[in-house]
Amino acid sequence: MHCHDSGIKINTAPGARKIVLAGNPNVGKSVFFNALTGLYVDVSNYPGTTLEISYGMYGPDLVIDTPGVYGISSFNDEEKIARDIILSSDVIINVVDAVHMERDLFLTQQIIDTGIPVVVALNMVDESERQGREIDIDLLGDLLGVPVIPTIATKKIGIDELKANIDNARQGHIDPVLHKKLHFLHDRVGDQGEALLILEGDPVVAERHGIEPGLEREEIYLQRRARVNDIIGHVIRQTNKGARWEAILGRLMIFPLTGVPILAVFLFFMYKFIGGFIATDLVGFTEKTVMQGRYEPFIRGLVGHYIPIHTAFGKILIGDFGILTMTVTYILGLLLPLVFGFYLFLSAFEDSGYLPRIAALADRFMSGIGLNGRAVIPLILGFGCVTLAMIVTRLLGSERERRIAVFLLGLTIPCSAQMAVIAGLISKISGLYIITYGLILFTVLAVTGTLLNRLLPGESSELLIDLPPLRLPRIENVLKKTVTKSYHFLVEAIPIFAGGALLIGILQVTGLLETLQKLMQPLTVGWLGLPKEAATVFVMGFVRRDFAAAGLAGLPLTEMQIVVGLITITLFVPCIASTLIIFKERGRREAFVMWSAIMSLAFLIGGITAQAYRMLGSVKGVLWAALAVLLLAVIIGRIPKSNKKVLSGGITHGS
Amino acid sequence: MYLNKCKRGQTVRIAFIGNSDMRVQAIRLGISEGEVIRCEGILSAGPVLVSKNNQEIAIGRGLAGQIRVELVS
Repeated sequence: MHCHDSGIKINTAPGARKIVLAGNPNVGKSVFFNALTGLYVDVSNYPGTTLEISYGMYGPDLVIDTPGVYGISSFNDEEKIARDIILSSDVIINVVDAVHMERDLFLTQQIIDTGIPVVVALNMVDESERQGREIDIDLLGDLLGVPVIPTIATKKIGIDELKANIDNARQGHIDPVLHKKLHFLHDRVGDQGEALLILEGDPVVAERHGIEPGLEREEIYLQRRARVNDIIGHVIRQTNKGARWEAILGRLMIFPLTGVPILAVFLFFMYKFIGGFIATDLVGFTEKTVMQGRYEPFIRGLVGHYIPIHTAFGKILIGDFGILTMTVTYILGLLLPLVFGFYLFLSAFEDSGYLPRIAALADRFMSGIGLNGRAVIPLILGFGCVTLAMIVTRLLGSERERRIAVFLLGLTIPCSAQMAVIAGLISKISGLYIITYGLILFTVLAVTGTLLNRLLPGESSELLIDLPPLRLPRIENVLKKTVTKSYHFLVEAIPIFAGGALLIGILQVTGLLETLQKLMQPLTVGWLGLPKEAATVFVMGFVRRDFAAAGLAGLPLTEMQIVVGLITITLFVPCIASTLIIFKERGRREAFVMWSAIMSLAFLIGGITAQAYRMLGSVKGVLWAALAVLLLAVIIGRIPKSNKKVLSGGITHGS
Repeated sequence: MYLNKCKRGQTVRIAFIGNSDMRVQAIRLGISEGEVIRCEGILSAGPVLVSKNNQEIAIGRGLAGQIRVELVS
């Protein structure tokens, strides 16, 4: 077995083959994977990434699923992983979407050019038939030089035939000119697939062999594209083309006039389900009843038996902010249900093909704040958990975008824990104040984003996104994805939340927490115009959300004071865990600057709001002032930047 | 003419893609130089939506400004 560079180490029987499933995004690979491997499937994080790779057994053979890609090279993480797994495989099952053969066959031909035996599963042949496409499957097989099996995976049609043909997988036809070049390099590197990637200028593979990457990528790609177009011209006969409801709905989703209301409806349902059912009913049960009602007394009793709760160590373990009490409750009782809910929607959006459409819809606004439409995913996730969203920013195209996204998430996006505080307080203020609060936050997002986009060196990547056909997501796939992603989040988050609890525990035991609260008082009273007890609320809100909620709710505040308090709490870095993840993702120096900037901005903007109210004398004045600032930001954003934008691996849409 | 100036319903042939990374990605998606595509409109002064056969692709506005096209019809 040559597993050496696929990154996954698995013990298989001698003589067992490595069968790899490859294909474009949303072509139904996972259905084939499940059909081949059955129930016993392992999922592992690919080293150094957040991408999960599924693998299982088919008879004695190992089956590995790969991320959906349009080609293999080094444009992004998905591709690099797909590349390494494909290059190390013995047999490839290439799943091709019959509706999108023009696009999909590029990857097919590239895989064939690696010289690895291939069998093609031509999937969704029923759908392409409905669209009036006639495909000459025999001719397609002859032209490619590999077996082509028509399938309808969701109805289990063609699966058995595919299984029977795995043994018939063979090397396909390669362009003679390319073949000659490959042959020459093959002798040097000892592997045709790696030789191909080096010829195509893949820097990673070239470096592995200590060879200069080739300069012929574009030429080879164009030649391959021409070959694919030629094959398509021979095997497809288009009879008629009727617009179907999916196509019409897909269109409506991306044009703003209809797309924004549609998105609003989906977000409303999401809010009702996650904010209503999960955050209130389910979390009420898991957090209050199960964790605080049963688990915490149990663990306190158990540990308290050996380590008294009033000792320093006891406090850190099972005190109010204890690692075994607060952290476990927080992660299992609160975060897990919420993260699960968010991933459920995200996976359904992803599988249905809606996600890339949201990205296209949001692109204009996002490009104004130095991001592209793809960044809408972490921003939406931020409303669930900012820590989670910051991890997800890894899918963005460039370092610059990641920097902007992490900063905006830390500053402007209120996570669900903060929103619980906000919801409790917002019910006490009237409509005009709520609008003022919302507008100020949006203004902060727009202004900060615009400024970062202006001031940070470099360029963000542009959107180039394939809009796959809309499909009804399959429940089992959505659930599987949700479970996998939630699990990986837990694994990544537990040490961070535990570290946070440890830090807070130490602050409490050493009395630093109280000192901090005292130090903050002049700021809260003089600058924000809030009662001095509010300092406690800010510090505690950083530690544990319900303390902040109870804290602020108990203070006698005017409506404007509530708005100021809300703005400051929202702009705050949400919690100790998100602070730690900023450090983990951005490095010590950058994170320190970021964190300090966010905290200062929170107080600065809260204070400016309070001072503006003092000066202008009415909430309407504050509202107009915020609107003026927003307009200014829009105008600044409109002034074109002269330098060109770069594109860096932004064409996939999965996460 | 550049792609960001195209109008809904126009069919254009891609003449030149100014960004080399983009050129390579575009070849994979099947919208390389010489291909004929249909402009399906510009989304809220943002990305340009183009189609080819059954396939739809959204192209960021800045990027579309680097794609030179010739009007076919």
